[in-house]
Amino acid sequence: MIDKKSGVVKANTVILHTAALFLLPLQILFSVFLLLRGHDEPGGGFIAGLVASGAVVLYLFAHGVESTRRIMRFDPRDILGLGLLFGVISGLIAPFMGEPFFTAQWWTLYLGAETEIKLSTVLLFDIGVYFAVLGTILTVVVSLTEAEE
Amino acid sequence: MAYVIGVLFASAVYMMLRRSIVKLVIGLMILSNAANLLIFTVSGMTRGSPPLIPEGLTEPAGVVADPLPQALVLTAIVIAFGVLAFAVVLIHRAYEVVGTDDLDKMKDTDT
Amino acid sequence: MSHLVLIPILIPLLAGALSLVSWRSLLLQRWIAVVATGLLLLVSIGLLQLTREEGFVVMHVGGWAAPFGITIVADLLSAIMIVMTGVIGFTIAIYSMAMTPERHERFGYYPLMHLLLAGVSGAFLTGDIFNLYVWFEVMLLASFALLTLGGERAQMEGAIKYVTLNLFSSAIFLSAIGLVYGTVGTLNMADLAYKLGQVEHSGMVNVLALMFMVAFGIKAAAFPLFFWLPASYHTPLVGISALFAGLLTKVGVYALYRFFTLIFNGDVDYTHNILLWGAGLTMVSGVLGAAAQFEFRRLLSFHIVSQIGYMILGLALFTPLAIIGGIFVIVHNIVVKTNLFLVSGLVYRLLGSYDLKKLGGVYRHRPGIALLFLVSALSLAGLPPLSGFVAKFLLIRAGLEVGAWTVTGVALLVSVITLYSMLKIWAEVFWKPVPEGVNTERLTGEKPDSQLWLLLLPIAGLAACAVLIGVNGQPIYEVLEAAAEQLLNPALYIEAVLGDQP
Repeated sequence: MIDKKSGVVKANTVILHTAALFLLPLQILFSVFLLLRGHDEPGGGFIAGLVASGAVVLYLFAHGVESTRRIMRFDPRDILGLGLLFGVISGLIAPFMGEPFFTAQWWTLYLGAETEIKLSTVLLFDIGVYFAVLGTILTVVVSLTEAEE
Repeated sequence: MAYVIGVLFASAVYMMLRRSIVKLVIGLMILSNAANLLIFTVSGMTRGSPPLIPEGLTEPAGVVADPLPQALVLTAIVIAFGVLAFAVVLIHRAYEVVGTDDLDKMKDTDT
Repeated sequence: MSHLVLIPILIPLLAGALSLVSWRSLLLQRWIAVVATGLLLLVSIGLLQLTREEGFVVMHVGGWAAPFGITIVADLLSAIMIVMTGVIGFTIAIYSMAMTPERHERFGYYPLMHLLLAGVSGAFLTGDIFNLYVWFEVMLLASFALLTLGGERAQMEGAIKYVTLNLFSSAIFLSAIGLVYGTVGTLNMADLAYKLGQVEHSGMVNVLALMFMVAFGIKAAAFPLFFWLPASYHTPLVGISALFAGLLTKVGVYALYRFFTLIFNGDVDYTHNILLWGAGLTMVSGVLGAAAQFEFRRLLSFHIVSQIGYMILGLALFTPLAIIGGIFVIVHNIVVKTNLFLVSGLVYRLLGSYDLKKLGGVYRHRPGIALLFLVSALSLAGLPPLSGFVAKFLLIRAGLEVGAWTVTGVALLVSVITLYSMLKIWAEVFWKPVPEGVNTERLTGEKPDSQLWLLLLPIAGLAACAVLIGVNGQPIYEVLEAAAEQLLNPALYIEAVLGDQP
């Protein structure tokens, strides 16, 4: 289908259109799962970020830049900066504990009887990587698509 | 593996010597992959399980693979990914601005 | 206080992240840049002081001990280079406030600049060869993006050459790292130096040495693979040009110094002879290329190449005096070369061109600027009492002591030609009357320029540095002497990093 305003060919089939709507939340959920699973088993910030950006990019192909920007709410550059900041901060905590930079710090939270959550600077770093990857890819893709149109 | 790496390096150099910038970038991609494979090969490939220590033990059971080359290659792949993404954007912009993909016509900056 | 050694890397990283988050406010970004680079300068001076007292400052990131984790090491050479990074970063940050068009700032000029500085600092401080590769790539990625900001035709063409050759050298570097790991099974520089001394087949070691030499040679723009430099350095914004000219190639030179004093010091006759040839040819080809140029910044770019020759010469001669001279050239060159680029930007702002034929009359209307240029230019050519004189004097004396007559003669000759091309710029830009048809409103001050002091301040500061280095040679010489002693005695480095294990 050819978009009349810009003359750009868009893959605007109904199937893709609808599928992207449903896949987006699913994929993002899956990426968060990968992110949190990454501590002891395969997974982690980098691939989780890739999966999440894959979700948004799919949506972008189906619905165009404007609507993607609308659902993202944040500018991709914000996400990127936030990710970098998280990464640096995760390393900065250790020196305050009197250990060398980037030494992993662990805190265990006990919720109720059986549940415990392990929080660590490693997790913080992974979240940073997640945001940085997501931000980078979205910045590149969004600005390229905008340049095309 | 050695032959594969040799062929990759050779084809990368061949691609880079072509005049088209698109082929230049393809050459760079192959080159980085060749370098990654080289790291993998020379550091000794072993058939083993992932280097994780099972619960309750202090050292891994059985033969494990050396984790370092994998870490190196993974890092190198991430870097190559970033650089090549940039290179692709660059040649796209260069094509728009200069209006040609022929390297022989890009001589404005040499004298 | 071993945390101090990481702070020069952390400051730019943190500043980069902060200015990325605050990308909506240009004013905030500018001040972050100035404050962060100022802090970097202060911390680096502290680090230099610390290394002078303790010799080596070592830190194992994440608490993993030496041969296994990544080590960050500062010896005197690293500390000196970090101080220079701070100086250049600070001047460029001030200069950029006035000289960067808003469009560039919006496209992430400042975050990229911080990323570049982080890469440079990281490369100077790391003690692990793969980590060095990572910092190199961080630095290159930032420089690619800075080079193409603006997207003009010449920039694109220059960038393609720059990107290709640098990626190629990275691939060689990476392959060499792989082969090193396959041969000796370690990546830590100190451990590597220790183990390579015990490897028997020296043929393989020499091949590795040559691979590293080619990889760093490309990055340092040494002969014969320097063509990317003059093809690209004159294309971006002048602030970026100056930053590149001051720091990027020096990182390659630093890596050469580190590798060929610490790690590949077994077969000196073979490796350093090749370096000697490379040094001589680099000097000559750079200066001859410059003599033929009539574009301000391109002329200066060729001079970078020829100065790289001097730096490598110091390493190649491999005597204590020569190493001191080599480091002196690096320090002097970072200051002076950056300053010359800044002057070219100032002249461009006044007269609107980089072409020597379209410039002129600056001396008549602005004698102060002409004087500042002259200080830097004569220092580059090596006239007393400026910084270049001391540097070249040391090198040439070292050459005579060893009896390397040819190369010493070449170095002297290159000096003379350098003086010739500096005088060419002087005559064309500053001395001759303004050519016809050139808009002189800004030059004569008819159209006032309120931000001019922001440009003059860094230039004057760097010129003062050049004079100070020249006049105050003695204390600097003492620091460099200690640095050279450390470099020529790798056992100290190994012991500092690995402890008493071996």
